[in-house]
Amino acid sequence: MSNIITVKDMCLWYGDNQALKNINIEIPEKNITAFIGPSGCGKSTLLKTFNRMNDLVPDVKITGDIKYNENDIFSKEVDVNSLRKEIGMVFQKPNPFPMSIYDNVAYGPRTHGITNKVKLDEIVEQALRDAAIWDEVKDRLKKSALGMSGGQQQRLCIARALAVQPKVLLMDEPTSALDPISTSRIEELVMELKEKYTIVMVTHNMQQAVRVSNYTAFFLLGELVEFGKTDDIFSHPKDKRTEDYITGRFG
Amino acid sequence: MKKNKFKENIIHGIFLLLGLITVGFVLLITIYLVISGIPAIREIGLINFLFGKEWASTAAEPKYGILPFILTSVYGTSGAIIIGVPIGFMTSVYLSKLASPKTKYLVQTAVSLLAGIPSVVYGLVGMLVLIPNIRNIFNIPDGSSLLAAIIVLSIMILPSIIKVSVTALDSVPKEYEDASLALGATSIETYFKVSVPAAKSGIAASVVLGVGRAIGEAMAVMMVAGNAPNMPNSIFQSVRFLTTAVSSEMSYSSGLQRQALFSIALVLFMFILLINATLNFFIKRNKE
Repeated sequence: MSNIITVKDMCLWYGDNQALKNINIEIPEKNITAFIGPSGCGKSTLLKTFNRMNDLVPDVKITGDIKYNENDIFSKEVDVNSLRKEIGMVFQKPNPFPMSIYDNVAYGPRTHGITNKVKLDEIVEQALRDAAIWDEVKDRLKKSALGMSGGQQQRLCIARALAVQPKVLLMDEPTSALDPISTSRIEELVMELKEKYTIVMVTHNMQQAVRVSNYTAFFLLGELVEFGKTDDIFSHPKDKRTEDYITGRFG
Repeated sequence: MKKNKFKENIIHGIFLLLGLITVGFVLLITIYLVISGIPAIREIGLINFLFGKEWASTAAEPKYGILPFILTSVYGTSGAIIIGVPIGFMTSVYLSKLASPKTKYLVQTAVSLLAGIPSVVYGLVGMLVLIPNIRNIFNIPDGSSLLAAIIVLSIMILPSIIKVSVTALDSVPKEYEDASLALGATSIETYFKVSVPAAKSGIAASVVLGVGRAIGEAMAVMMVAGNAPNMPNSIFQSVRFLTTAVSSEMSYSSGLQRQALFSIALVLFMFILLINATLNFFIKRNKE
């Protein structure tokens, strides 16, 4: 098994506030890695650093390095738009564009230069199938995406991310705004996607991490406390703080 | 307890009355315009009035055709939109999405100032700067022309377009833009493919507002357009707008001529109603 993202001695500041301290972690390819920890522990911040969405935050400072497939993602030669094409993202709140379902999914491929109608149709259908929503929307592709339920919108957002054929999918608490049924559908979907994609998922829900992920990283106050196989972390954590958190003593 | 309720009712009544005053004035003006505008149209005939190509109100055999004014107003407004909208739109995208907070503040202050300049000042600057230059550049006897009016109007509509468009673009949820960036789109692609479409109703409303401003403007265009009742066959022609047609003859008019001026005002009012209806349509769609 190889690692697709390698983080070495990374620190991150928002202004004077250090949000991440000396992070070292290796994300295994074609697996689901869960980031857990209490609010404000830096798990989402680290996630957003992988596709450099943190660049958009004013006053952010990063030291150390992150390699994606052996390439330094902060190197000057890296085109951040191609990086984001490779490392897709699904956000906490479903955020489909105010356009038709079809145009939402076709947005990425179109941006990257695909104009052929037949090719686009294929990509859109495949992405929607991969996101397990094709059967629900195939008859209303031209309808606005805003008319869908929250859970459908989130699966549409996953389809939209898949349509640019990323290698990695970052998911920032993708089910926290959803009801239990939609949540379990997304979880099932994520487990299927693992066959083709590397998934890194931030979650505040420990049961979700147990159900879904192969690896778990526990963060606390900007530090990576413990990282390992999910089974190990939850059955015999090495660090006292991890044990306290997963047994519900704080958080 | 009872007394309080009474006081509430009185205050309620006062507010209602004040609100009704505005409605009352609109109704009053509408009714007055219709009543005083209809007789001349009846006498001249609707077709002759609207589509007559000649306006000669003081001739021995007077002609009251207002097609030249209608066309001038339509052309002048369209011209102002063609020049003003791209400039205003691009400025709005820049201000809302690209400019640093300091630049945004500076430019927006300037835009507000531009909105506050009285139209007679626009006319004056147009007369002193624009007209001689148009005369020299295009080598025509007189620079007072449709072109000069179009240029002045394009500048005058910029504040409405910029202010409303910036507000619309600012209110596009950041989540849309994040989603687009996360798909690997560049920021410029994101602004034009996601933010602008999401703000399109607001931007359309800003254009309609600009149209309203342009078609209703009288003073500035009177000063730069030459004000001769010609058909607007070329942009170098001296022309008269619907607004200026009313204002330039009102002081000395009488009889049918005076009535015809009211009819022109009625036509102008119809245009404004149409524009307001369009504006309401866009604003309503924006809310949905």
